[in-house]
Amino acid sequence: MSLKVSKPSSGRQIFSSKVAAITVWTITILWTIPTFGLLVTSFRTGDEIYASGWWSAFTSPKFTLQNYKEVFLGGGSESLSDGILPYFINSIVITLPATIFPIIIATMAAYGLAWVKFKGSDFIFFAIFALQIVPLQMSLIPLLQLFTGGAHIGSVTIFPALGIAGDFAGIWLPHTMFAMPLAIYLLHNFIASLPRELMEAAHVDGANHFLIFRKIVIPLSVPGIAAIAIFQFLWVWNDLLVALTFAGGTEEVAPINAKLASLVGQYGSSWTTLTAGAFITIAIPLVVFFSLQRYFVRGLTAGSVK
Amino acid sequence: MEEFLTASLTKFGSVASAIGIFFVLLGTIFFIAGKFNGKKARYIAITVFVGPAVALLAIGVVIPGIQTILFSFKDAESERFIGFDNYIWMVQDPYILTTMRNTFLWLIFTPLFTTALGLLLAVALNQMRRESIPKSLLFMPMAISFVGASVIWKFVYEFRDGDTQIGLLNAIWTFLGGEPVNWMLSKPLNTFLLMVILVWTQMGFAMVILSAAIKAVPSDLTEAAALDGASGSALFRYITFPMVRTTIVVVLATQVVGALKLFDIVETMTGGNFGTNVLANEMFSRIFVQYDQGKGSAIAVLLFIFVTPILIFNIRSIIKERANK
Repeated sequence: MSLKVSKPSSGRQIFSSKVAAITVWTITILWTIPTFGLLVTSFRTGDEIYASGWWSAFTSPKFTLQNYKEVFLGGGSESLSDGILPYFINSIVITLPATIFPIIIATMAAYGLAWVKFKGSDFIFFAIFALQIVPLQMSLIPLLQLFTGGAHIGSVTIFPALGIAGDFAGIWLPHTMFAMPLAIYLLHNFIASLPRELMEAAHVDGANHFLIFRKIVIPLSVPGIAAIAIFQFLWVWNDLLVALTFAGGTEEVAPINAKLASLVGQYGSSWTTLTAGAFITIAIPLVVFFSLQRYFVRGLTAGSVK
Repeated sequence: MEEFLTASLTKFGSVASAIGIFFVLLGTIFFIAGKFNGKKARYIAITVFVGPAVALLAIGVVIPGIQTILFSFKDAESERFIGFDNYIWMVQDPYILTTMRNTFLWLIFTPLFTTALGLLLAVALNQMRRESIPKSLLFMPMAISFVGASVIWKFVYEFRDGDTQIGLLNAIWTFLGGEPVNWMLSKPLNTFLLMVILVWTQMGFAMVILSAAIKAVPSDLTEAAALDGASGSALFRYITFPMVRTTIVVVLATQVVGALKLFDIVETMTGGNFGTNVLANEMFSRIFVQYDQGKGSAIAVLLFIFVTPILIFNIRSIIKERANK
């Protein structure tokens, strides 16, 4: 995908540069205020939060790190007596494999479908493409049952009860499955556009598919793989539905996002807990987003703009 | 603290070993499969490369999907077939009908607002000199989870009895002379206030995609039209808009699918109460709160039926695209 960048010309435009700048900045400020307000509040004391709006914090600045300390380590409100740190760890433990596994399996499939053409490869590609928008909800119950009870025809077990529901593996696996359609589709676009001559030359030199995959396809696809990996990372970190279905809410496995959701619904969780908790939850995605924004945007646009 | 450290070490240990086992397994398979020659090698390559993904999709998506369709014709415990009872229940139960109406409101309004605002900003950004900072800030909510976004907006909508309002919306409202309002309880406004959250997170997506499409419009085209004396609105109507129309449709379709599956925001903000429920949330509570697999599955199937027009549209456009290559 090559984009020709058109510089603002001196000629007539859809609307003037001044109007454009005012529009953009007005909406940008509106868009940022809610997050900013929560950030400011997370540094105020409990008494202050309820005594005045966050915007009055600037006239009499009095900030504290107490909320973060309590949310991280516990000891604050009843709803979070042990602190949020175990859930934060769970999120990392869930997200890393749930990003690495699907990306590798999808890269392999994308290469297979693009460069080891076989009868039915087009059909498989269309089917995968179509599965992209099947709602997750269609799979949840049967998959959960499969993990707990296995699958049987009469007395013959055709799929063993994995017993991984409520275990980390029981979250990695559904995330890996659900990531397949979009990841394969996007990576296929990327890998299919690698130069044909390169592949043919490698075959002539006697390289097999596995060598080509490792030595040519992977190195050349790094930008595409990175973009989709960031996308998948954010998806898993921010997911609630899969986490609630397959992990439950326990300290042993539940990710931080699910914990935050349960805090919102609980009586006794005050804004001191919620504001700091929310910022700890969104900190990692924001860091990933701001530092790798370029790749992320590329990943998004690759799927939608031709 | 010590307990926490040992627990965390065990967790990281399981991650490291899982990733380790995965790569060792993959390496071994590649090594063995690479030994074969001739015609057999091709079949083995196909199996190794495409097999795992196909198996994951079959076990994780296709077969469960078919099972869910079957469950939707069965009773709460999936013990006996009850025909179309669950579907008849759906179109007769007034609560489900309201829930369905809400889902339709989400389907119509959020894609339209998200895309229109995204288009406006994409056009405006294209005419700005320093666009990178506002673009980043506008795009930022995309990285925030729906739960995080809900907490952020719950604070904006916060209501308190008495004079001090700590929620921004009520502060502005009372400043303008209104009485403090408990926004989450005011039907039907609350549903629209929840939609604001989805628009807030998704607008950056629409903007970035449309921005890329607008930048791809050849500049000589706009310049020629401008030289011929086309006005600003004519430029937009006759050049920019037609050139990005396909992208607009793609963005709209993505948003419709997203709005249909939306669950997190409603679950976090209201739990589906106060007349704000949507189908995806109702499906979840039917299964995991009321333990009714039949009705829950029927709602899942309904969601699937709603996306099929987009599914068909997508497949047709990709086939057309392939044919043009």
